[in-house]
Order: sequence, then structure tokens, then C-alpha cells
Amino acid sequence: MPLDNELVQRFKARFGASIIEATLDRKQAIVLVAAAQWLEISKYCRDEEKFDYLADLTAVDWPKREKRFDLVANLYSFPKNERLRLKAHLGENETVSTLIPIWPVANWLEREIYDMFGIRFDGHPDLRRILLPEEWVGYPLRKDYDILTQDKAWVKENLGIESGQ
Amino acid sequence: MDQTRNNSTAEIETTVLGADEIILNMGPQHPSTHGVLRVKLKLDGERVAASECIIGYLHRGVEKIAEHRSYQQFAPYVDRMDYVAAVSNGLGYCEAVEKLLGAEAPPRARVVRTILTELQRIASHLVWLGTHALDIGALTPLFYCFREREEILKIFEKYCGARLTTHAFRIGGLQYETYDGFEEEVKRFCEDFSKRIEEYETLLTENRIWLGRTKGVGILNAADAIALGVSGPVLRASGVKWDIRKAAPYAAYDQYKFEIPVGKNGDTYDRYIVRMEEMRQSRLICLQAIENIPTGAIMARIGKVLKPPPGEVYHAIEAPKGELGYYIVSDGTTQPYRVRVRPPSFINLQAFDKMARGSLVADVVAIIGTIDIVLGEVDR
Repeated sequence: MPLDNELVQRFKARFGASIIEATLDRKQAIVLVAAAQWLEISKYCRDEEKFDYLADLTAVDWPKREKRFDLVANLYSFPKNERLRLKAHLGENETVSTLIPIWPVANWLEREIYDMFGIRFDGHPDLRRILLPEEWVGYPLRKDYDILTQDKAWVKENLGIESGQ
Repeated sequence: MDQTRNNSTAEIETTVLGADEIILNMGPQHPSTHGVLRVKLKLDGERVAASECIIGYLHRGVEKIAEHRSYQQFAPYVDRMDYVAAVSNGLGYCEAVEKLLGAEAPPRARVVRTILTELQRIASHLVWLGTHALDIGALTPLFYCFREREEILKIFEKYCGARLTTHAFRIGGLQYETYDGFEEEVKRFCEDFSKRIEEYETLLTENRIWLGRTKGVGILNAADAIALGVSGPVLRASGVKWDIRKAAPYAAYDQYKFEIPVGKNGDTYDRYIVRMEEMRQSRLICLQAIENIPTGAIMARIGKVLKPPPGEVYHAIEAPKGELGYYIVSDGTTQPYRVRVRPPSFINLQAFDKMARGSLVADVVAIIGTIDIVLGEVDR
């Protein structure tokens, strides 16, 4: 369902074509923005719209789409007691600006996204894997990474077994 | 003469005794890291100059598993994340899927869910209190805390047959009716429990050693806490009065009166006080809830095959450790397209570095304990 409230109008007045779409799903507001403006729009959300809390940052893989990744930020505003979801579409090798300058919590969250999806964040000071071993090959939460797939070479070298299955 | 002597002493200190910073590894098998957490500390004398948490030892790929199970099949997996508060994990997941389906659990189910979830909060805080006190050197509270926790686990066992990874709730409501004598047992526990909290407080609250080890240790101010995404008791101890049970009530929390305890200084002692008070408030919620459990159905009519319409939902609950969120994307099939768990432990643990910098090595153990992490949830 398309969403057109005052918040969205303010967004559109400020960022114009960078606000691609605003929808309402299960009564939750979702704003799809251009990845190039990811940092600016986030900063605006925090400073002007009082969404001062980055509750979560994650990604979803849609391999058949031209730009395969959804980058999803779930924001919360303490003063307004409201939630807002920001989204941006990213292509396979496209990078996006880190949100650490706005919300330091993004540090580990972006590392996890890099670990699981292979999305790179420009300006991240320490973009390493966080849950998997650093030398692991592959990004497990991508849809083309089968549930039984594993980095066999890593398993053999480090665990001394043929397969962890 | 003096000058040369000073120079040579300084030289000896840097070359032979080594006055440089040293790196100290804690874990992953250190008992006070509550599981398999490895902390790398850069020490300047006895002070922590910097730290790094190395996690992932318990990573099982829960979010990937979710994409290969039906909505119902995935429900027991969430119990294995925060395994000392499995009931809360289950509540968050079931409610998120219900929201995705546009369904709602019947009133009776919601009240029973509230009672069990609040008992679980008490049980989770008891594990925290016992182990945290043990880490700092107080042995006795551990036995007391586990004694009371046992009573709660017995109630869970009678209700659904399991003590820890309970899978107590189902999408749409409850699988089981409450057993005969459920209300009386919850009531007896709650009435007894107020005296028990007094016992813990007698042991700790004004204990000089406890004060020395917790006051002013691991300070986190409100602005930093918000910027670092911290939630739950850790955030409230920094003075932010925010609890999802009040801000966006779920289950049956809108029907009960309770207070949100907050701290002032954001130190380890305030986090202790906040959690102690939360246990009292959970007890009050349980007492109010058992007075009036609605009768009627315990399961909504949602059908056996769950196919939520395409779309997505984010649902967060106030788990014992903080904001536990589920972001679920449906593509209209029986299996979720994506399940993202917003883990409070993982995000709260990120604030560890901020809290530990400048503190003594001995306080690191207190700070790990006060964040109240469960590695099953950090690593998923």
C-alpha cells in the first residue's frame, strides 16, 4: 500500500527523486531510497526527524532482481515512539556508505552483513568477518549459497576432517 | 652522573622488564566469559587501553536454517538462541509470524503467554545475578538464585514438558491448556519470591565489597548507550526510561500496572539495581495476571498450512536482555524468505569496549557479567 503522510512529503521535499517509493506494510512504514544518498538520508532521519536509534541493520538477497540486495535499516525514535524502515537496493558489486558516523552501532551490524552477504561499506574502519572465520570463502546468507555448502578447504585445513556434515 | 643513571634505568625498563603495552587474551574457554567469548585486551599496566571481542564460536546459521523450514518448524530453533530465556524468544517469533499473517492469539493465550514470559524474565535475571555475583567473588547468591530458578523451571516442565528449550508457544496461541493448579503454583512462587529478593539484597546491596566492585565500574552514559544501540536493562540503567512493554505493548502487557526502573549513573551497580527491581515488577505482573485469566480458546483459527501473504514485518519485544526483534520477509510460500533476528546480546556486547576502556583488568569480568550476554544469541 503506498504511503503518503507528512513525513514522506518532508522526505520528498528534501531529497526529491532519491526517495524512490514509500509504502505501508502491516501498518509499518517503509521508505525506499537511492543507495547514493544512504548516508545523507540517515543523517537527516536522525537530526531532523528524531529517529535517534538504529535498532537493526540487515540485508535481504533477491538474486533474480537487477540489483540483488535490499539493505534494510530499522529505525526508532525515542521522542516520537515511532518506527521507520529505510531500504536501499544494491547491485552485486555496488558499495554503500557506512552509517558508523551517524550510529556507531552500525559497526558490528555492517560487519555481519559483509560476513553473510558480501556487501562492502565505504569508510568502515574495520570491515572484517565477525561470525565466520576470516579466511572463509563464500557468503552464507546469499540465496545461491546452498544450506549444505561449506568452505571444504577451510574445514579440512583447520578441523582436519573431510566435511562438517 | 645522575642523568646517565636515569637513562640506563629507563633503558632497562623498556628492554628487559618491558614497560610497553601488553596483549592479554581472555577466553574462549574462560569461565567468566559465560560461554565461548574471547576478549583480546590491550593493557597499559593494569588499565585496559583497548579491547576487542572475538565471537562466532557458537555460530550455527540460524537465519539460514529458517529459510529452509516452514514457519512452524522454525519455532523450536529460536529457543536455542538465548537459551536461558527460551520462552521470550518463542514469544517474539510467534507474535512476529502472527503479525505477518494478520492473525492474533486469543485473550486467554495472551495472558498465559505474559505470565510464562515474566516468569522467564525472573529466571533469566536469576541466572545473571548468580553468575555475575560469582564472577565478582560472591559464591552464595548462585545457590540461592538457582534454587528459585528451579521452581520456575518446574512450572515450565509441568506446563509443556521441557525446562530450558521449552517451545512453550505456537504460532496463533498455545498448544497446551494450563495444568490443574497452575495459578496456585505461580501464586505460591510469587508470594515466596518477594522474601527471596530481600535475601539476595541482604547479601549484596549494601555489601562493601559488592559496592567496591560495582560502583563506578563500566560507566555508560545515556547518549553513548543510544548511539551504540544498547537496549534493555543496560539502557535503562543509563537513565533512558524505555521499555517496549510500555512503548508498544504486546501480549497482554497493556492490562497490567508496573513500573519501569531506571538508573542514574549507568554503572554496574545501577544495572544491578535495575534488574533487581525488574524482578519485583515481573512478580507483580504475574500476580495481577493470575487473578484474572480469561476463559475461552487458546488457539486462533489460522489453519494448518501457514502461507503469509507476500510482504514483511518487524516485531520487537522486551526480552530479558533487551530489544529482541524479528524481521521476517514472506514470499507467499510456506517457508520464510528471510528471517533476521535482532539480537540484544550481540548489540549490547558491542558497547563492551566503551565500558571497559580505562578500567582495571579485574573489572573486565564484572563488565562482561553486567552486560548479561548469552553467546547462543550473540553468535546465532
